[in-house]
Amino acid sequence: MGVLHLVNRSPGETQALAQCLDRAGEGDAILLMQSGVYAAMKHSALASRMEQSIRKVNIHVLAPDLAARGIAAEEVMKGIELISYEGFVNLSISHGPILSWN
Amino acid sequence: MKFAIQINSAPWESQACETAYQFSRASLTMGHEIVRIFFYYEGAYNGLRWMSPPDDENPLIRRWSELANEHGVDLTICISAAQRRGLLEQSEAKRLGKSDNDLAEGFRIAGLGLWVDACLKADRLLVFGA
Repeated sequence: MGVLHLVNRSPGETQALAQCLDRAGEGDAILLMQSGVYAAMKHSALASRMEQSIRKVNIHVLAPDLAARGIAAEEVMKGIELISYEGFVNLSISHGPILSWN
Repeated sequence: MKFAIQINSAPWESQACETAYQFSRASLTMGHEIVRIFFYYEGAYNGLRWMSPPDDENPLIRRWSELANEHGVDLTICISAAQRRGLLEQSEAKRLGKSDNDLAEGFRIAGLGLWVDACLKADRLLVFGA
């Protein structure tokens, strides 16, 4: 079973996402939430590394947190899936363990 | 599926507590079980009865208590984190010669052993807040 990585900081704030992308392997999932959702935008600071990771890791973004920051779905990088809290729960069931990156 | 949740942030510090709450609500609505929510470090403040944030912010303190009432969720605050912050339940306050009961409805204070217990009983562990 793949690991679920939770990333809640923007790429400009901490190294959380960069370290998570280094660590995440085939079959893992990443959920961007809280200020972590900024990394889901096209042309974000880590966009090229995100594009590489999308090929092997399933990347998701928490839709209510995107909306709360005024980011439209069209601004999200191709290959990243928008999910609800129910989707978050389902990811926690289909993956394990769950790691929080700060 | 059984979840154990650890919260390490105060409600005003970041969005972590809100995310933990929304996750908890969603999982209960979907028919899953929350073995325990364990409040650790700054997370201890979540159970402080005297918090009085503005009503139009839909205070989390009220919603945690509702969650405990409606679903019997076990809201446990780490005893050493609580005491360090002066957050005392009635018997402990009395023992220390103080008169408060600082715990909001639905919360209790216990040792770290109960987090270990939750980890053993749950299928998944989630940690919110630095």
